[in-house]
Amino acid sequence: MTAFVLYLRLFQYGFRRHSTYLAAALAGAFTNTVFGILRAYVLIALWEARPGLAGYTLTQAVTFCFLTQAFIGPMQVFGRGLSFGDRIRSGDIAFDLVRPAPLLLWSLSEDLGRAAYLAFARSLPPTLIGAALFTMAGPVSPWFLPSFLLGIVVSFGWRYLVTLTSCWTSDDRGMHTLSALLTMFFSGMVLPLGLFPGWLRTVAEASPFAAMVQVPADMWLGTQPPLQALAFQLFWAIALLCLGALLTAAARRKVVVQGG
Amino acid sequence: MDSYLLLAWTWVRASAQYRTSFVVSIISSFAINALDAVAIGIVFLHVTTLGGFTLPEVMFLYGTSGVSFAIADMLFGNIERLSQHIRAGTFDTMLIRPVSPFVQMAADGFGAHRIGRLAQAVIVLGLSLQVVPWSRAWLVPLMILSGVVIFTAVFTLGAALQFVLVDAPEIANAFTYGGVTLTQYPLSVYGDQLVRGVTFIIPLAFVNWQPALYILDQPDPLGLPEWLRFASPLAAVALAVISALAWRAGIRRYRSTGS
Repeated sequence: MTAFVLYLRLFQYGFRRHSTYLAAALAGAFTNTVFGILRAYVLIALWEARPGLAGYTLTQAVTFCFLTQAFIGPMQVFGRGLSFGDRIRSGDIAFDLVRPAPLLLWSLSEDLGRAAYLAFARSLPPTLIGAALFTMAGPVSPWFLPSFLLGIVVSFGWRYLVTLTSCWTSDDRGMHTLSALLTMFFSGMVLPLGLFPGWLRTVAEASPFAAMVQVPADMWLGTQPPLQALAFQLFWAIALLCLGALLTAAARRKVVVQGG
Repeated sequence: MDSYLLLAWTWVRASAQYRTSFVVSIISSFAINALDAVAIGIVFLHVTTLGGFTLPEVMFLYGTSGVSFAIADMLFGNIERLSQHIRAGTFDTMLIRPVSPFVQMAADGFGAHRIGRLAQAVIVLGLSLQVVPWSRAWLVPLMILSGVVIFTAVFTLGAALQFVLVDAPEIANAFTYGGVTLTQYPLSVYGDQLVRGVTFIIPLAFVNWQPALYILDQPDPLGLPEWLRFASPLAAVALAVISALAWRAGIRRYRSTGS
């Protein structure tokens, strides 16, 4: 019970920390929307030439485009966003690792708070403006919400691993850029994965990145069998969180050696 | 000019101290920007023309806009960090130094790794030059130069906006990075209203679209007058003047953070 109260608190702190910067979030939403409009026109030109491409109608392709823009905030597609990243460099991570609550659950609660806030501030505007400017498909399946939530957890699990690697590397920028590159390309952020050729499509659709953007968007559109898709997301969420727990244990040993 | 070079060189030397990190930054800057080119390649797996343009023609648009943007970004792009300096109070320091704050801002944290972005754009442009007929190639350097000026002006306008919107610097990204994304594709794919907007309000159409219509000998889908195809330098100068005025107005209005 006390543990639950703690994590709820952390969730609230994550939410409040981000809600302090409303102007920044709205500016981000504005930029996400502008990019959504630009990308939508390119997809419209493509789907007008090839209707039904990747199994989407024109309306679904446009919807996909604005949904992916709306996911940038909560799914933190460009990476980072975890507060303990800076604490690794300063050495404060040593305190985090000896706290009675595990770092993994601690930062997961905070990150869910962040995502909950950004779901309002950065997801609603692109979706609503997209729907006002273009014809968009509404959410067809009730499975969208659990899928959206699992997408956030998978994104957290991935970013947790990436952030924690800076316990081993002195400069973390390379890892973060590589991560952003993989996430943008293989999640469906650049183009729907259904447009990718042959094996590239197979790899992308099996990757954890697909679970962050492509799958939740497909749940909204109803273009994937829901139970299979949720199982896929659940698999990656559990796998990444388990890896995260293992890597935290390894990091604890590493940090003790350095700081002793 | 001298002070810009000195400041920029100092930053290059500073970042080259961490050699691995420096190399990684160049490679990642190259790779991140190559994603857009890969996306265009994937689109053309499914169609032979987009908005009436073939793959090499679109790559020509991508390359010219990319080179212009990469140069502007490398030389002046750091100005987009103005709001960080305002909030940290470090902009005040720049104002009392005997060098123009614009030069200091542009050179501050000069990112030599942005050469990665430039290299990527130059390669794409080089590969796409086959679509340019010799008799019309003279316009290419002029359009790239105009593009650099236009993007620099957009960066400056975005920074000037940050004097007002200190807490929302990301707005500027919609016009700077949005501008380069827009001009990577033929404007014929976008809606007419949008194209009119980027022709007559924020003249991004003059970065590459209008001159490219002449170079590639394509009709203007909006039927705008032909002389606009040669008006890029004019648009660039006009926007540069406006952005300089906006920057000056911003500095005059600036009252520090007060704490």
